[in-house]
Amino acid sequence: MKIGFYPGCSVDGGSREYKESCRALAKAYGIELESVPDWNCCGASAAHNLNRELALALPARILSLAEKAGMTHLLVPCAACYNRLMLTQHELMKDETLRKNISEVTGLEFKGTCSILNVVQWIQKWILPELPEKIKKPFDYKVACYYGCLLVRPHKVLKFDRPEDPQSLDEVMKLIGATPVDWAFKTECCGAGLSVSKTDVVADLSGKIVRDAVYRQADALIVACPMCHSNLDMRRREINGYLKQNVSLPVIYVTQAIGLALGIDRKELGLHRHFVPVNLPEKAEATK
Amino acid sequence: MVDQMDIPPSQLLRLLQTEIPSNDEKILRSHTIWLCLNCEMCIGRCPMEVDIPPMMDFLRSESIRRKMVNPKAGNIIAFHRSFLESIRYTGRLFELGLVLSYKSKTFHLFQDAGLAPEMIAKGKLGFIPERIKKVADMKRIFSRTLKKGGQS
Repeated sequence: MKIGFYPGCSVDGGSREYKESCRALAKAYGIELESVPDWNCCGASAAHNLNRELALALPARILSLAEKAGMTHLLVPCAACYNRLMLTQHELMKDETLRKNISEVTGLEFKGTCSILNVVQWIQKWILPELPEKIKKPFDYKVACYYGCLLVRPHKVLKFDRPEDPQSLDEVMKLIGATPVDWAFKTECCGAGLSVSKTDVVADLSGKIVRDAVYRQADALIVACPMCHSNLDMRRREINGYLKQNVSLPVIYVTQAIGLALGIDRKELGLHRHFVPVNLPEKAEATK
Repeated sequence: MVDQMDIPPSQLLRLLQTEIPSNDEKILRSHTIWLCLNCEMCIGRCPMEVDIPPMMDFLRSESIRRKMVNPKAGNIIAFHRSFLESIRYTGRLFELGLVLSYKSKTFHLFQDAGLAPEMIAKGKLGFIPERIKKVADMKRIFSRTLKKGGQS
């Protein structure tokens, strides 16, 4: 089967291991991820900071192109893109004048017929049903599931999971044999778009997240957003500086964790691309 | 984040409610509006559902329009602008181009220089910008939205 896919710039660039692991999972299930033809950047954290119409028009073009290509479901693995696409669909569907204005800007019709899925929803719908019989090596680790901001907020628009102490990632991780820890930073902000312009703030915000996960004795942080991943993984040097200790806690995409449980090759999952090496303790090897 | 802000969001809203022009100006000149990350935690927890993030978006564009940008926000805006420039000309974000453009705007030439070799070694850094086929669509979107919303 085929479903629509919007990779977005960071999943297509610096966070390509996320795309690789999505594709590896899809392959294991015989799902074809079809990219939106000629997709553009959603504007991410920059557009809405400077210009509201621009922040609506960029995602609107993507959604219009997906509709035109006949996509009924669109997987958007990046939580930031998912958030921008959902907000745009929401705004345009509730205001007809705005919808017309934005259509004029993009030069494309917008109907709002595409169902936008974040990575967890995609997993719930297509990966979970056959998961138990496909597991080759249970992912027997203690994990801290980190949802961040954009997957669960604003709740009124996204209507996904719950904004306080969400559970969907934890449930997925339990199914592959992991033990999610109860911790306090599931939905705290990592600093997101200020990674380059205010690195000190990001080290502070992300540092607190990493510190709590370590305190709860997690073996890994599980994420579903490339912005969270790059702050928690690529910014580890700054985080270590903030925490005044060297923390080796790896940050793993949910798709990579499932991939490992399915016995997919580490390289195919892009695990070699992480800044913080993914060296999980050997115990899982023994529990075949 | 609030500890970095010059006006906490609750106070900022109170100032807005006064409808006194000098208070409006104080808000538009604040560092706070640029530090807000739109993490949506405030609206998520507010029992009165006061929706601050869209207000922050409005205040930021208004602050630029009225040329009242806080001098401390220079880096943050330079980053947003470099980001949008990259999209405007190619349709997609070119990460290396973004960083180089940001550096040239802020003169932070050596910031994150240490990240590059490791990113290259891990195959995370592309050297050639990807262009969408209909770059004309980007021109259209940018010229039509920026005209109405003022200079970004």
